[in-house]
Amino acid sequence: MTKTNGYAARDRSWHPPALTPLYKTSVTRSPRFAPIGAATSLSEETGPVFGHDILGAKDNDLITNFAAPGEMAIGPRIVVQGHVRDEFGRPVPHTLVEVWQANAGGRYRHKKEGYLAPLDPNFGGCGRCITDENGFYEFLTVKPGPYPWPNGPDDWRPAHIHVSVFGHSFAQRLITQMYFEGDPMIWQCPIVGTIPTREAIETLVAKLDRPGSIPMNSLCYQFDITLRGRRQTMFENRMEGM
Amino acid sequence: MNRYKESPSQTAGPYVHIGCTPNFLGIDGIFPEDLGTTIITGNPEGERITIKGSVFDGTGNPLKDALIEIWQADPSGKFAGRGGVEGFTGWGRSPGDMDTGEFTFETLKPGRVPFTDGRLQAPHVTFWIVARGINLGLHTRMYFADEETANAEDPILTRIEHQSRIPTLMAVKEGDHYRFDIRLQGEGETIFFDI
Repeated sequence: MTKTNGYAARDRSWHPPALTPLYKTSVTRSPRFAPIGAATSLSEETGPVFGHDILGAKDNDLITNFAAPGEMAIGPRIVVQGHVRDEFGRPVPHTLVEVWQANAGGRYRHKKEGYLAPLDPNFGGCGRCITDENGFYEFLTVKPGPYPWPNGPDDWRPAHIHVSVFGHSFAQRLITQMYFEGDPMIWQCPIVGTIPTREAIETLVAKLDRPGSIPMNSLCYQFDITLRGRRQTMFENRMEGM
Repeated sequence: MNRYKESPSQTAGPYVHIGCTPNFLGIDGIFPEDLGTTIITGNPEGERITIKGSVFDGTGNPLKDALIEIWQADPSGKFAGRGGVEGFTGWGRSPGDMDTGEFTFETLKPGRVPFTDGRLQAPHVTFWIVARGINLGLHTRMYFADEETANAEDPILTRIEHQSRIPTLMAVKEGDHYRFDIRLQGEGETIFFDI
C-alpha cells in the first residue's frame, strides 16, 4: 500500500493567476482551461536529489565565480542568506537553490539581451548552493540594478534576483524572484503586480539584515523561502521517507 | 507549529537560462556542465527512447525561451533515490533549441508507478514548464499513445471529465522518437494539472 496524505494543495489565490494582462506576455502564454486538480502521487512526491559533490568552491560566490584571477565584479557587495522551510515550518535541508541576476547596472549576460548598460567582464550572474541540515543557504553577490523592459512604454523591473528551488519533490518545485526592502519600483512593476495581494508580495521582499552584515565588506539581506508542506497526520500509514 | 504561506511564484523570465543552463548560453567556467543534460548516466537496462517536442503559445508560435524539466520513474517503476536503477537520474532539463525551441530528452521508457490507492498508473513522464509570460510553472504529464491498455485504466486519465482532451497528453511515435508538443492555449490546449 502506498497511500500518503500528499502535499498540501497550492493556494492559487495566493499565487499569480496565469492570465495577467498588464504583464503582456502572459496573454498568449496562459492556458484558458482550468488546471485539473489531482492528489499528489509518488510521481509528484519524489524528485531529483543533488549532492554536495556537484558544487564547486565558488558556486555561491557570484562576485568571483566568473571573474578573472584576482578580479571582482563591480557593485554593492551583499550577502543573501535565509532558510528554506515548508508551510508547516519544517526546515528543507539539502536542497538545491539556484540564482541568477543582472549585474549592478541592470544588464544580463544573455545573447538575446541588448540593454545599453554594459556587461561587467567579471560578472556572470549565476550561482547555486545546497541548504545545510537546517535548511540554511547563503550566497555572495553584487546588488543588481533595475532594468527597463519592453512591456509598457516605460516599464522597469525593480532590482531582483531570480531564485529556483527544488525541495524534496517535484510537487515543491518553485521559481520565484527576490526583491529588496525599500525599493519603490516594486510597487510599479507589472510582474510583481501579477501577485494578487500586497501581503503575498511582501513575502518576496528581502529584509536588510544589519547584524548579518560583514563589517567593511558586505551588507546582508535576509530572504526566507517557503515551499509546499507535506501533510503528516496521525493517520499517515507509513513513515516519512519510506 | 507555525504555519507559513508558500512563497508566491514569479515568472522565470526570458533569462532563466543564465541560472539554469549557463553553459548552453556560452557562460562557461562557472559550472562544469549544465544540470539535467544527461539522464542516462550509466548502462541501465531498459528501452532507450528519445522525446522531442515544442511548446506553442496561443498564436501557434513555438516558445524559444522556455525551460522544460521532466521527472520520471525507471523501467521498473522506481524513482531515483527510492530504489531506482543505477545509472539513471530520472530528471532532465532542456532549454530547447535556440533557433526552433524544440526540446529533446534521451531517456528510458518508464515503468508503471502505483497511485495513492495502489492501482497502477500508466507509464508517464511528468513535465514542468517555465518561461517568460508563465507566472506559475505548469505541470503536465506525457503518456504513451501506444500503451492503450494501461492508459485505459490509468487513475488520472480515467477521471478526466473531458475525455476529448486526453490526446493532448499522448506522445506519438514518429520514426525514431516520441513527439510530445505542448500547446499553452487555444485549439488543442494541453491539459495542465493542479497537483
